[in-house]
Amino acid sequence: MTNVIKTTKGLDIPIDGAAQKMIERTVISDIVALVPDYYHGIIPKVLVRAGDRVKAGTPVFHDKIHENLNIVSPVSGKVLAVNRGEKRKLINITIERDVVNEYENFGHPSLESLSGEEIKSALLKAGIWPYIKQRPYDVIANPNKTPKSIFISSFDTAPLAPDYNFILKGQFADFQTGIDALAKLTPGKVHLGVKANVPSNEFLKVKNVEITEYEGPHPIGNVGIQINHVDPINKGEVVWTVNVQDMLYIGRFFNKGIIDLKKIIALTGPEVIEPKYYTTLPGTAVAPFINGNVHKGIPLRYILGNVISGIKVDINDFIDPYASQIFVIDEGTEIHEFLGWAMPRLNKFSATKLFFTPLLQKKFFKKIFGDIKFSYDARILGGRRAIIMSNEYDRVLPMDILPEYLFKAMITGNIDKMEALGGYEIAPEDVALCEFVCTSKLPLQLIVREALDMMKKELE
Amino acid sequence: MDMNALRNFMDKIKPYFEKGGKLEKLHSVYDGFETFLFVPTTTAPKYGSHIHDPVDTKRTMSTVIVALVPALLFGMYNVGYQHYLAIGQDVNFWTEFLFGFLAVLPYIVVSYAVGLGIEFIGAQIKGEEIQEGFLVTGFLIPLIIPINTPLWMVAVATAFAVIFAKEVFGGTGMNIFNVALVARAFLFFGYPTHMSGDSVWIRTGTALGFGGGNVVDAFSGATPLGQIATASTSVPHITDTFGHSLGFWDGFVGLIPGSVGETSIIAIMLGAFVLLITEVASWKTMLSVFFGGALMGIVFNLFGPDTAAAHFPWYNHLVFGGFAFGAVFMATDPVTSARTEKGKWIYGLLIGCLAIIIRVLNPGYAEGMMLAILLMNIFAPLIDFYVVDANVKKRISRAQKSIQ
Repeated sequence: MTNVIKTTKGLDIPIDGAAQKMIERTVISDIVALVPDYYHGIIPKVLVRAGDRVKAGTPVFHDKIHENLNIVSPVSGKVLAVNRGEKRKLINITIERDVVNEYENFGHPSLESLSGEEIKSALLKAGIWPYIKQRPYDVIANPNKTPKSIFISSFDTAPLAPDYNFILKGQFADFQTGIDALAKLTPGKVHLGVKANVPSNEFLKVKNVEITEYEGPHPIGNVGIQINHVDPINKGEVVWTVNVQDMLYIGRFFNKGIIDLKKIIALTGPEVIEPKYYTTLPGTAVAPFINGNVHKGIPLRYILGNVISGIKVDINDFIDPYASQIFVIDEGTEIHEFLGWAMPRLNKFSATKLFFTPLLQKKFFKKIFGDIKFSYDARILGGRRAIIMSNEYDRVLPMDILPEYLFKAMITGNIDKMEALGGYEIAPEDVALCEFVCTSKLPLQLIVREALDMMKKELE
Repeated sequence: MDMNALRNFMDKIKPYFEKGGKLEKLHSVYDGFETFLFVPTTTAPKYGSHIHDPVDTKRTMSTVIVALVPALLFGMYNVGYQHYLAIGQDVNFWTEFLFGFLAVLPYIVVSYAVGLGIEFIGAQIKGEEIQEGFLVTGFLIPLIIPINTPLWMVAVATAFAVIFAKEVFGGTGMNIFNVALVARAFLFFGYPTHMSGDSVWIRTGTALGFGGGNVVDAFSGATPLGQIATASTSVPHITDTFGHSLGFWDGFVGLIPGSVGETSIIAIMLGAFVLLITEVASWKTMLSVFFGGALMGIVFNLFGPDTAAAHFPWYNHLVFGGFAFGAVFMATDPVTSARTEKGKWIYGLLIGCLAIIIRVLNPGYAEGMMLAILLMNIFAPLIDFYVVDANVKKRISRAQKSIQ
């Protein structure tokens, strides 16, 4: 019997365009790019020049603060360019890939014989470290600190999130190896969050971890929520987190001795014609996924990650190494809604009782009107205001935190209050729903991100 | 079709209001109208939530206004009803309503004209978008004043409240006091002779020249609470304008003298229903105000001094005067109320208790609700402080345990 944690706080947003459970094909663009901005907090020092040959696993840049922290090429090929913008800010490093991948040789270290320190330096060298993140501050883990525990959530509850039971089919051996490696990096436990009531959930068979089952609406699948319930972070403590698919990188590294960053991502959203899963590599261009598979005639927004906490990108940009989803929605700039605030707006989904949504989702009305398709676009649907309504955020944040007060501390830059009110425990993605429901249309994830950066700067 | 034409028209005149345009000084006015007519096409930033709930402050505020409409309509009718009763004329329903409509309308016009005017100027000075907060305030003010209040006083009080209770604090969402109640308090303390006594509650004169007549002999315009406060015996006997006894159900229906929108519990309950099913107001605050009032009323009934006010049955306290209106529409103002869920219980309870304490123990203030809410507005942040502090302390003790 595992421990089950239930909550009713949160919100599942009904949105169309879930990926069918089939892997369409492998999409890896001829030119891949490493974008330093995607590795939040890293100050890049470039290690290659245009024309250099790299293999999959060759360091392309490293962090100026932790010089042993490499970011490596996911492919073998030739460095095309090191692109810089204003004030010589590094934009990206582009690599023209070979048809057949050549892998850097890491000597196939055996996990059993390695100590925690040796595992750490191997992961840093091989460029897998950036996939290990830490709380507080939601940044790449500081390799010089020891975490009190490590958390992995095996499921994602965000809108149209990929199904990891499907993605990991046949790869659980690598996942297990990843767990075994991480277990040596902490004196505490490795926690695996598993979704309750899923038939034949393969994650329940994983060994060497503390399994907790969770039940409830989004954001219960967020690792931050799970940490808050199981082993909350106190001042001075560090917890590490790793995404499910990124665990495979660690597993493959110790099982095969190579850097194999293949992952599966889901192309989802209401503007995708045939939403599907694709095999790809981080750094692949966005365009090949999209071409011919999205609705035409309206301005579109491409999002890496999920629709409530992802990054908006241009079609010519490259895949974020942390994204397991590409989301396409209507940008909404060509919609001119007359007296929108006063209209019934039957096609709009609201978490409030100010629209007919909650009523129309009741069984009785579903029988009469059928399933109503809600329409979504990127407009914020109102004007930015001071916080007026109370108890909005609390209802969608299942954490022992008073969100309004934490946000106010963050907005005013009061670090003492941020510490006292749970600033160490929160990450932007955890407040994504707060931002969705906010009547005052505040950019809460940006507020949290900037505040965490400020805390890190002042307190470390 | 029409909508497109309107959109094109708005786009066409837009340049005049932008920087360097001829009407640059009216930019916030244009902006206010544009966002009123069309949902702004502002889109989500690069990082963050890319979709948003369709709820916005316009929707929330207009729901409060919808909730206030029954109280306004009943209030208009009651103003006419009381007027024709006082002048002893027997007229039909529509004549009564028309009189009330004509009597109340100028207050609505003055309240909105003054308040929104100041808001537009403020928004223009600060270079901000016009905010919706005053839409509710402007509607509340005519409902909480006696019908014989001079219009210029309403204008002065509204201006005072908007400037000193709201704009100086930073606008909607930043104010400490309920703005409409500040306007009411300004009238009450600034012009005490006009705001109390028996002559202010019933329009005995005309409304915009309509419905003249002479007041009949037996007439007395005192409100039930006024009668209680000035009672010469300790028997809490209340009567209507002609000396007939009044009871609980008279207060419930509301055909009695009082502030325009405050008399009918039926109309207020309709509003409460709207606010509660839409969850715009907190049921916790609302319920705890009534609970606190009932509790304090019972305490005075059982143990109070031997005065008419203390003997006034506790259930009558809840249906006479501004108690119910304050509980439903004022105490639940999210900005000035306690904001934590636990805090809302305490906040509401104290408002209810205080309102009855003031009514019973201070004969100078026949109506305690206004002062109770304004006083608790000050204490709301303190109540929240202790709720938040409990969360902070829990985190500290957790940290200490983990060190051991």
